[in-house]
Amino acid sequence: MSLTESSIEVTLDQLRSLVSERAISGETMLLNMGPQHPSTHGVLRLLLELDGESVVSCVPDVGYLHTGIEKTCESKTYIKVVPLTDRMDYMASLSNNLGYVMAVEKLMETQVPLRAQYVRVILCELTRITSHLVWLGTHALDIGAMSVFLYCFREREIVMDIFEMVSGQRMMASYFRPGGLWRDLPPGFEEAVRDFLNLMPGRIDEYEALLRKNPIWLERTKDIGYISPQDAIAWGVSGPSLRGSGVDWDIRKAMPYSCYDHFDFQVPLGTNGDVYDRFLCRVQEMRESLKIIAQALDKLPGGPFMTSDRKVAPPPKEELAYSMESLIHHFKLWTEGFQAPEGQVYVSVESPRGEFSCYLNSDGSSKPRRVHFRTPSFANLAALPLMIKHSFVADLVAIVGSIDIVLGDIDR
Amino acid sequence: MGIEQKLGNMGVVTTRLEQAVNWARTNAMWPMLFGLACCAIEMMSAQASHFDMSRFGMELMRASPRQSDLMIVAGRVSRKMAPVLRRLYDQMPDPKWVIAMGDCAACGGVFNNYAIVQGVDEIVPVDVYVAGCPPRPEALIDGIIMLQDKVKKEKLAQWA
Amino acid sequence: MAELAQIVEKLKTKFSGAMEDVREFRGEFTVRVKPDALVEICAFLRSDPDCVFDFLSDVSGVDYYPEEPRLGVNYHLTSTKFRQQLRLGVRVSLADPRVPTVTSVWPAANWFERETYDLFGVTFVGHPDLRRILLPEDFQGHPLRRDQPLVQEEVQFTHNFDEIDRTKPYAKS
Repeated sequence: MSLTESSIEVTLDQLRSLVSERAISGETMLLNMGPQHPSTHGVLRLLLELDGESVVSCVPDVGYLHTGIEKTCESKTYIKVVPLTDRMDYMASLSNNLGYVMAVEKLMETQVPLRAQYVRVILCELTRITSHLVWLGTHALDIGAMSVFLYCFREREIVMDIFEMVSGQRMMASYFRPGGLWRDLPPGFEEAVRDFLNLMPGRIDEYEALLRKNPIWLERTKDIGYISPQDAIAWGVSGPSLRGSGVDWDIRKAMPYSCYDHFDFQVPLGTNGDVYDRFLCRVQEMRESLKIIAQALDKLPGGPFMTSDRKVAPPPKEELAYSMESLIHHFKLWTEGFQAPEGQVYVSVESPRGEFSCYLNSDGSSKPRRVHFRTPSFANLAALPLMIKHSFVADLVAIVGSIDIVLGDIDR
Repeated sequence: MGIEQKLGNMGVVTTRLEQAVNWARTNAMWPMLFGLACCAIEMMSAQASHFDMSRFGMELMRASPRQSDLMIVAGRVSRKMAPVLRRLYDQMPDPKWVIAMGDCAACGGVFNNYAIVQGVDEIVPVDVYVAGCPPRPEALIDGIIMLQDKVKKEKLAQWA
Repeated sequence: MAELAQIVEKLKTKFSGAMEDVREFRGEFTVRVKPDALVEICAFLRSDPDCVFDFLSDVSGVDYYPEEPRLGVNYHLTSTKFRQQLRLGVRVSLADPRVPTVTSVWPAANWFERETYDLFGVTFVGHPDLRRILLPEDFQGHPLRRDQPLVQEEVQFTHNFDEIDRTKPYAKS
């Protein structure tokens, strides 16, 4: 069977388990909100059962972006997996990097220098801001506020310039490596970040002024897409989608990693658990991220940016000229990679979408036996059928936007 | 010259049919919204105000394939998505062009495995390949200009 | 609040027949249990006031080829009340890859178990909707098993450019 022909036929029995009886008898309509759709934020397929305009049930069908990243990671050494992790949740690529790199460091029992940890915090919070900016832009675009899209992308360009200054790449930075960072911060980084910190609060105020009390926005987002806190926890929802329902669970506060406990910040919580509260949570999170970045930049320590454990981290290039041992370490690291002890680790980080975790199972060789990424959008989307009760089709678009899914995250 | 010398300032231009049609096609090419993965974000950045794509005629992205002329395949195409891609391409009316944006669409990119189609040219015929992972918005715009140059060179005989 | 070590001791005393292995590595506890007792242990861990593991973080499969039993399923549990994480594991062989489902304890397991079935072939007994989630429905095989190949296509360099060009299935318009 060639690539372009699809030979799948759905039998009536299979359909019966997915949709209600009224669809089989023809009373309600089955509509396919297909993989190519302007509002599904990627290739998501929703099988909707509609009774007129209101949605009776919704079955998400994912897998249209399945890339086999986990299997590909098994054939690469631990250092070479880092660029692959960027490409899963492509909006928050540095968060993915952090989750994986911390898992490797836990496995290898490597100490990461303080400077590297602070820089990781700064860049992760910048990633959180860019991710929320794109979310806000596309969510507002779906609901109809088109100018917010252009404003958000304008701010995002500034952060993209900062990422490019630091790592050479606008989006898939791959800047974090097991043991620390790829290279030290370039001159001009602190100035650029401070300029951004001065500029951003005013801009966030602008977005809030456009949307927060806007009667159309309130009509379209208040009391839409409600999920109760108990349901959210039972279904594994995490991140702002969980905090919008009032549950105080943020991994940065609950199980702090990478020196997040050195910084003082609030975790915004919602009360109603609807689309509007999730919007407020995320906008407030952007403000808190700015606070964290300011504190980290003020307290940024000097020192090494990479661990001195030569088994894990490559030696600096200058050393290769005069030290035979460094040359051997360099050669072994890049050809064979380091041997990890046998065991399993599981590390969670708070990505902009929720709990991103990396499960590493090592069999003692230089390549992992199994790398599994627990991605937040996967669990968040599973709870979608609960959120769309008593909604209209237009509300569905708002709800799908509010859970902030990224299909690369779901399908890996 | 000829006629134009006699017409004076009447506001009439003469040109060849090919040039007129190609000019119309390139300057108002509407892309179809086909962002799949990471390259889609760079495509959205290219559409936004910093690297405006509307200056090149692509003011809006049509979601419906029936109303678009250009399909920018931005992102990795998985084997589950391949029939959908082909069907969308078939639904586009002629004349249509395809830009394969990014390494994954051009050749499979970083992912050489069971799940990703190694190059979207196995499914649809591609006119321009834009390299990068993801390509910068400037690179995408360079690809679009290259496509516009290609279309401007099309001949009458090719249309039939 | 009970420390993880105490929780593990509690499990050992209460479910002594079902325990297969307990390991501690890098501060994390892994408890390997028999598949039959899995749902009972999960329900206990969720409801016991000293444990309260109310959040199912992850369900993932592992292939331990060539060790037997070959397929493993790991459950990562998080307690939002006491802020700790625990790992439960079961091992099944390829000949009988059946594990009872924990969707009755945490509905979050629904999609995670579908993914493990899709990629490894572990059948979850009692799952409400066990079908493929990430791969196309007509895909044959379970790709993440260690004996399945990655299916790499030969990379086109200048020395084999023409060869690959001839055999590559380009689309005709």
